[in-house]
Amino acid sequence: MPMHQKDFFGLRDLSADDIRYILSTAETMKYILNQKNKKSPYLQGKSVIILFYEQSARAKLSYELAAQHMSANVVDMTHSAHSMERESLQDMGQLIDQMGADFIILRHPMAGAARLLASCVEASVINAGDGYNENPGQSLLDLLTIKEQKGGFEGLKVAIVGDLVHSRVSKSNIWGLTKLGAEVCVSGPPTLLLPDIEKFGVQVHYDAREAVNGADVILTTRMRLETQDKTFLPSLDEYKRFFRIDHHLLKYAKKDAIVMHPGPIQRGIEISDGVIDSPQCIINDQIANSVAVRMAMFYILSQMGGNFA
Amino acid sequence: MKTILRNCTLITDGFDVQQRYDICMHNGIIEQIGAQLETEDAKVLDLEGNIVLPGFIDMHCNICEPGYENVEDIITVSRSAARGGFTSITCEPNTKPVIDNKTVVEYIVSKSKAQSVVNIYPYGSMSMGCEGKAIAEIGEMYDAGVVAISDGDEFVDSAALLRNVMRYSKMFDLPIITHCEDRSLSGKGVMNEGYTAACLGLSGMPREAEEVQVARNILLAEITGAKLHIAHISTAGSVSMIRDAKERGIRLTCETCPHYFALTESAVENYNTLAKVNPPLRTTKDVTAVVEGIVDGTIDAIASGHSPVSLTEKKKEFDQAAYGISALETAFSISYTYLVQNGKITLKRLAELMSKKPAEILNLTQKGEIAVGKDADLIVIDTKESYLIEPQLFASKAKFSPFAGQEVRGRVVCTIVKGKIV
Repeated sequence: MPMHQKDFFGLRDLSADDIRYILSTAETMKYILNQKNKKSPYLQGKSVIILFYEQSARAKLSYELAAQHMSANVVDMTHSAHSMERESLQDMGQLIDQMGADFIILRHPMAGAARLLASCVEASVINAGDGYNENPGQSLLDLLTIKEQKGGFEGLKVAIVGDLVHSRVSKSNIWGLTKLGAEVCVSGPPTLLLPDIEKFGVQVHYDAREAVNGADVILTTRMRLETQDKTFLPSLDEYKRFFRIDHHLLKYAKKDAIVMHPGPIQRGIEISDGVIDSPQCIINDQIANSVAVRMAMFYILSQMGGNFA
Repeated sequence: MKTILRNCTLITDGFDVQQRYDICMHNGIIEQIGAQLETEDAKVLDLEGNIVLPGFIDMHCNICEPGYENVEDIITVSRSAARGGFTSITCEPNTKPVIDNKTVVEYIVSKSKAQSVVNIYPYGSMSMGCEGKAIAEIGEMYDAGVVAISDGDEFVDSAALLRNVMRYSKMFDLPIITHCEDRSLSGKGVMNEGYTAACLGLSGMPREAEEVQVARNILLAEITGAKLHIAHISTAGSVSMIRDAKERGIRLTCETCPHYFALTESAVENYNTLAKVNPPLRTTKDVTAVVEGIVDGTIDAIASGHSPVSLTEKKKEFDQAAYGISALETAFSISYTYLVQNGKITLKRLAELMSKKPAEILNLTQKGEIAVGKDADLIVIDTKESYLIEPQLFASKAKFSPFAGQEVRGRVVCTIVKGKIV
């Protein structure tokens, strides 16, 4: 089913059919990526501006590679958050728009920034992470990886363990997984679960063993203590005592359960060394899918809903 | 010269709603009320049965002058007030410089006399610079004309300061008005904490950020016997604590603003910064409790909460956008539409909430009622025809509103201050 939209803000706005359509487009893109010549012409003559107000390695690389594979011209405009004081987001958007950009990939420390930018530019805006709101690209690659590994989402049991307050990708994943029919359990310190989280249609367990029990998929989050209010969590050592995914905790999950992490990972904190190095942990598959998903997002927006034939 | 308003409908106590009355105003005072008054050497205005109410008194208003004249000034705020039916407004002390000494009070009083079409009564700050540390010169400000003491919408972290301000102000019997917000709880929050904030990825200000201070301030008022007034309450918990405190006989009043009973946090969806206010818009449960509080008298007054900002400050990322609402010109219509039209309260009760009660709380003995000998601050309203809220037509410099485009009822058609149409 084709989609008609100018921008990508998050999975909250998408229907299950939209998400399935993006994932199947991404599978096609993956096929292209596996050819000897990866170059495709879909963005020929188009320009992609990477406007990042936060540091990033993998997101930036995957968007940039995706755009280049599709023959777009890419300009990297990574700013420090301080530069926002010099020029407002709208003014920056106007500037980029007037120079004739077709896509703006925005990463920004404030929720809703992509929406604000989109309201004042003609270019298509892709949200590459806005504050603690959403990160649709990362989420879609997680979903693609799950689909490849498990075949589908219906009836799948997914546990999300860690910090949901400061993890925008986890929120995107909750929107996506619940729409696609998966059963989602979340677990983490109560201070790091979102307020009213049960209203998202997920089950809440403070005991990670209960959340992981019978799970097909375990998603973990980054634990970034340094950027947080010091009242949320005493220490990473205490966190890992209760929530680290190790072989002991994995015993509660299904035998063929997979473990995922959005990266960058802190070995031994979110996931134990042993599990990271085991075949159950499929972080590399996630990374491998990241470019294909971004290509699918570009393709769909460039077609403005054109059917992929 | 005398002015006579002919054929007025009065809904005040002591008058028959079915009757038509004439009101004679002389030297800014209501001289006579009766049927078919003598019209010799008087200017006559026939109201043809329209409803006349006592002019509204806004207990929570930012006039922005001195210091923020780019956002609003005495001329524009007073015209905005007159359009909205407010014949008297107050002035929060967080101007620049802060109203923490008699010189600033005198400046505002004299500038208002020269430029304002409505009465402006400044509040004096509790603390020097509204910084919450040293007590301000309350006595001198009282002599210069402040009608209440408040630190505006600034935090009052120090319970010790508040307690001493309460004790000190007793010699002037001034009301102490508090904005209740515990900043350690509101933190980086920009809207109500809960599901909507979680969906939008915005940090929340929990209800308890307001409620712990409501509880604290009630306790201090009880201990000191001060005249406490709690500003813009927004949560169900605040309403119920205030209700209980009043039942226990504590000297306490409170107000809310129209947006706290007409809007919920869902107005913030799509990162609508026009609905970014502090305290934040809450949930349906809170709105219901606030309306119940208005109905049963727990809530004494409705204030506009007018806090103008420039549109540039609103057109920003939600986290960065300024808190504020342009409310003087919508307060009555929104209150009428959401409270009177749907049968929650009568128009007479609404007039009490917006005029009589604020006059009582602020000791404005000449205001708040239509009676012989009182100031001739009157408004004429039309409740028959509905109209659309069009912020671009506001007299205020802040020409925006979360209510833009809404069809409402209850329009102020004429505002009279001290006997003169403004």
